[in-house]
This record gives sequence, structure tokens and C-alpha cells, in this order.
Amino acid sequence: MTGKTPTGLRKTPTGIDGLDEIMLGGLPKGRPTLVCGGAGCGKTLLGIEFLVRGATQFGEPGVCISFEESALDLTQNVASLGFDLEKLQKTKKLAIDHIYIDKSEIAETGEYDLEGLFIRLNAAIDSIGAKRVLLDTPEALFAGLSETGVLRSELRRLFGWLKKKGVTAVITGERGEGTLTRHGLEEYVSDCVILLDHRVQNDAVTRRLRVLKYRGSTHGTNEYPFLIDEHGISVLPVTSLGLTHDAPKERISTGVAQLDQMFGGQGYYRGSSVLVTGTAGTGKSSLGAHFVDAACRRGENAIYFSFEESPMQVVRNMKSIGIDLGRWMKKGLLHIEAARPSAFGLEMHLVRMHHLLEEHRPKAVVMDPISGLLPGGSEHDVQALVLRIVDFLKHSGATGFFTSLSAHDDLQSTELSISSLVDGWILLRNIEANGERNRVLYVLKSRGMAHSNQIREFLLTSRGVQLREVYVGPGGVLTGSARVAQEEEEQRREFIRVEENRNRELAAKANLRSLEAKIAALEAEKEAQNREFALLMGEGQARKEALLGTRNAIRASRGMVVENSDKVTRPNGRGVKV
Amino acid sequence: MKSGKPANSKTNGRSKGDGKSKADAKGAAAKPKYDLRLYVAGQTPRSLQALSNLKKICEEHLAGNYRVEIIDLLQKPQLAAGDQILAIPTLVRTIPKPARKIIGDLSNTERVLIGLDVRPAS
Repeated sequence: MTGKTPTGLRKTPTGIDGLDEIMLGGLPKGRPTLVCGGAGCGKTLLGIEFLVRGATQFGEPGVCISFEESALDLTQNVASLGFDLEKLQKTKKLAIDHIYIDKSEIAETGEYDLEGLFIRLNAAIDSIGAKRVLLDTPEALFAGLSETGVLRSELRRLFGWLKKKGVTAVITGERGEGTLTRHGLEEYVSDCVILLDHRVQNDAVTRRLRVLKYRGSTHGTNEYPFLIDEHGISVLPVTSLGLTHDAPKERISTGVAQLDQMFGGQGYYRGSSVLVTGTAGTGKSSLGAHFVDAACRRGENAIYFSFEESPMQVVRNMKSIGIDLGRWMKKGLLHIEAARPSAFGLEMHLVRMHHLLEEHRPKAVVMDPISGLLPGGSEHDVQALVLRIVDFLKHSGATGFFTSLSAHDDLQSTELSISSLVDGWILLRNIEANGERNRVLYVLKSRGMAHSNQIREFLLTSRGVQLREVYVGPGGVLTGSARVAQEEEEQRREFIRVEENRNRELAAKANLRSLEAKIAALEAEKEAQNREFALLMGEGQARKEALLGTRNAIRASRGMVVENSDKVTRPNGRGVKV
Repeated sequence: MKSGKPANSKTNGRSKGDGKSKADAKGAAAKPKYDLRLYVAGQTPRSLQALSNLKKICEEHLAGNYRVEIIDLLQKPQLAAGDQILAIPTLVRTIPKPARKIIGDLSNTERVLIGLDVRPAS
């Protein structure tokens, strides 16, 4: 981010974690910046880091004019942060000059100016071609010189001179009563003012940084927590992350097949964040372990932040439910980071997390439990922390899994405030009935996907988490042995039903067979009747023929016309049908 | 004394400003009681004022028992750090020890003498 603001102000990146984001690119190039704050708030360190990062990362040598600490002291003080000032001095990337005035050995008589300071500064800048300057802190001169009028005008001249020289300068100043600096340096250095602050909250120190003023540029105006650790200063801009992250469509397994089913059959969205809340012992951590286990199975990096158990304890406990996290640790895929929430302030936790996330670039992150952080700060602070982590994870495409302990089975306000930050929310509850306590699970929300509305019984078995259908009986939800009894009852009923069916089928078949037999008998009878009929018909004809023959014989004997076989002509002439 | 004259501006051409208790450059056996350095930055009116004030004071009160070196920081800026020079002009008494500094144009003779420990503060 080498920011070109609309005004065209050029910027010098500090290289300090997060600060450049707040300042939209860095300090104003070629101008002095005042860094003020109380004792021990990290002014000098910020300045030194500005120089060191400039020398090592941006190829800009720097000059440090120290009015308080000697070069040796400075070198030793920042060595713990990994800054090797000696080496930088040898390679001509850094020049340190210690300027001090011992009032006891100085007498003032007549007029003077501080040309010596200018000459020394100029010589130091020119000796290494410095682009950056740190003055830490010129206010110390006020203790050594009585002519404050001269000092003031000379300082004013100095800052003008620095501008003309074209170096980007950081000037530190100790915070005064009601003023930014004790001697009003802010009157002279007014292009950019950064305010550092540290305060004690719940026995933990929180450092904060605010850009008070930045002429010619917009900047983040909030108070940002910052940290000083072995990596130097880290400022944590939260608003600068913004809601600009991708929304991957890819789905990843929750690690529990039945739970995947509840999330539309495919599990969580990659890059989403999931909150699991529940009372003590409801199996929140186990779900988390399943989640990282599934990630490691896919060959992805995972980090498990544990605030209550040591890494070995986590591994041992998860092994008891059949999840072997130890092998992933050996493979280097899983990193379990354990720290007591009270070990440091929230910001420290946040920065440690940031660094670990930067270092390992995990695809799956578990924080167990975030509620453990609550004693370290107010609810608002914890929410802000979770927000930052959620945003950071989303930006890096990692899926977050947070557990939260709730004191009651009802929804807590804490959970509500955090839950709005997350995409999925799984609720674990204990149900007490019939003299036993059973776990149930349901999905309270899951953004952007169809999800189950069912309550499932949640079992911790030696093969991990199992989800079972629950039964809703007249007395409510049936779990545990009641569910087992219900299952047995269902099985019994089913058995009976099957038996009955079989019997009925058999009966029906028998009936059918008897009907068929009847039909066959009737057929036979019909055949017999037919034959009988045919027989009778044949007999009748023969008899008729015989009769006709007889009649004709009679007629013939009487001399009558022989009738044909069909009609018998009566003497009256009318035919008679036979 | 041979070295009793205030050194002129040529002195600073010699690269000897760093040796505090160097033997007399002119090889005299007797060391002056007061070894002084005057730091200036170019020929500014204030520098010239300081120089003339110093001359006057030395001649009047140190009676030749002194040596003065003038260092122009515009020409030798690297010499400023050694004596922790900040203000211009600065007069440094390197001998006798401990070192004392007097800053300003030396216009107040009384204070200069007190600063140089020539005269105890009353």
C-alpha cells in the first residue's frame, strides 16, 4: 500500500504491522511526525522500528538522534525485539548519535543557537544517505538549557530544516498535563500526530494507538490496540479489514457425518465461522477436535487454540473418543496453542493468534473456548477480539470454529453478541429426564444454506461423536434410555406388524387357492352338464327321426303324401312345427 | 608563553581536535594551565563576537597560561560529537579536568571566569 491519496501526498511505509493500514500507506513522506505518549508506552520503540524496517525492508537508511539513551543502551534495549542495531550501523544503514546536555557542567553566557545540533544531524544524514530520522526526544533539551525561548525557536527551525532536507522524521514527545507533549512540540510538528497510550484493565495492560492528526490524508481515526512483543510493534486495525472478503461456495466436512447431514448434507462453508455454545461437558471441544481432525485428513493446516487444556491434555482426552490428534501434530499439520486466558491481556492474545495464523496459514482454526477470554476484558472487548479474528480468518480463507461455555441452557447475551458475528451456530444442551442427563444438539443458524431444524441426540462414543434421531413422546423429547426403550418398542411393534402381515398374506393366499379349487370344480361340473346336454339333444333327434319314420310308414300305408322331415302337413293344410 | 596566543582559524585545518591532552604542538616543555576549545560554525557575527570576547578574557585573566583551539564545525562536522557540542558557540575547557562547557557568546566576563573556574562563584 504505497498510498497515493487524492491530494497526492506521498507516504513512507513504516513497515510496522498494521500501522501502515491505519495511515493508508504510512507516514507523510519528507515531513516530521510527532509520536507522543506517556512514559513506557513505546514511543522510542516505534521510532526505532520505523528506522530498522526502513533500513531492512525499504532500503532507506536512517539516523537516530537520541537525547536520552546512549547508543549502547538503545542497542541493548531493542536487541530483545530482534533488531540488531550494531550490524545496521556497521553496514551503514543506521547512524546513532547520542546528544545530551549535562547542566552541571555547562554555563550559559550570552547568546547562542543550536547550530551544533543541526551540524551533527546533517553530518549523520549525509554520512549514510539517510531518508529517515528519529529524534527521541528533543524535549530532553529543555532540562539542560535554561533559554527555553532559544530552544523553542531552534526546534521550530529544526523541524523546518528537516522538511527542507526531505527526510521523513519521527519525533517523540512525552505526554504532558493537558497537552500532548510537555513542552508543546505539537505546536511545531503538526503534519501528523500519533498518540500512544497504555492503560491497565483487569490487571492487564492494554496499549492503544490513535492517529490524532494527519494533514493531507485520511486515516483510521479509531483507537487501535497494539502490542510490543518479540516481533516488534503490532497494531491491530479492525475496521480496515472491512467486509470485502470472498464467499467461497466450497463446503467442508464438520468431521461428523451426521452433522454434515444437518448442514445440508455437506458441512460448513469454507471460510465461514461457526460458534458452538453449550453448558459444561456438552461436548464442545470434541466437536472442535473432529473439525481439526477432518481438516488434517484433507491435508490442510489447522490450529487449535486451547485456553483451558495443555496440548498434551487435549491430545489425551480426544484420544479417548477415538480422535488421534497426536499424529497430525507429528506430521506438522496441527498446531495446538495453549495459553491461559489470564496469561496476558486480550490484545496480546490477539496478536499471538495473528502471528501464529500468519506463520502457519491454517485452513481450520479452533478456539476453545472464547468464553474463557471474558475475564481478560469486557464483553465488548471480547466481541471485538472475536470480530477481528473472524475477519482475519475470512480474509485468509480459513474456517473458524469457536466454542463458548454458557452458564445456563438458555441463550446468553454474550453468546448473542458474538453469535451475530458468526455464520453458523450449533447449540449443545443437556436434557435431564428419567434420572439421567443426555446431550442434544441442534443447529440454531447456518447462513446461506438449508439446514436441519431437528434436535439430535449427541453421543460421545469411543469412535467419536455420533448423532442419533431423537423421539418426541408425549412427555417431551426422548433421549438416552428413554430413547432406547422407545427404539425397542418401535422394533417390537415393527416385528408384530411384519408378523401380522405375513399371516394375512398366508391367509389370503390360502383363500385364493381354495377359490381356485372351487373354480376348477365348477368348471368340471359345467363340462359334465354340457356333455349331458349334448347327449340329451342327440337322443331327442334320434327319437324324432324314428317317430317320423314311423309316421311316414303309416302314411305310406294309408296312401298319404310323405312329409318331409321338417314339417308335418296336417290334413287341414297348416304346417306344424315339430 | 609561546602557545599563549589564541590560535587563529588555521588551527582547525590541523586534524588534532580529538586529542584532548595532546602535548603542546609547538614542542614547548611547559604545558599551559588552561586548554580551551572554541567551537563555532562559520564566521557568523556571534562567532566573531565570542572569539573577541574570549581573547579579551584570556589575555586579561589567564595571563598567557592558556592555549585555545578554534574548531569550525562547518568544516569538521564530525568533531561535534566528541565534545557533545550542541549549542554554538561553545567553549570547552578540556584542561584542567573535569571538562567544563560554556555556551553563548561569552559576553558576560564574570560568568565565563566562574565557568572556567578561574574565579570561584561568590
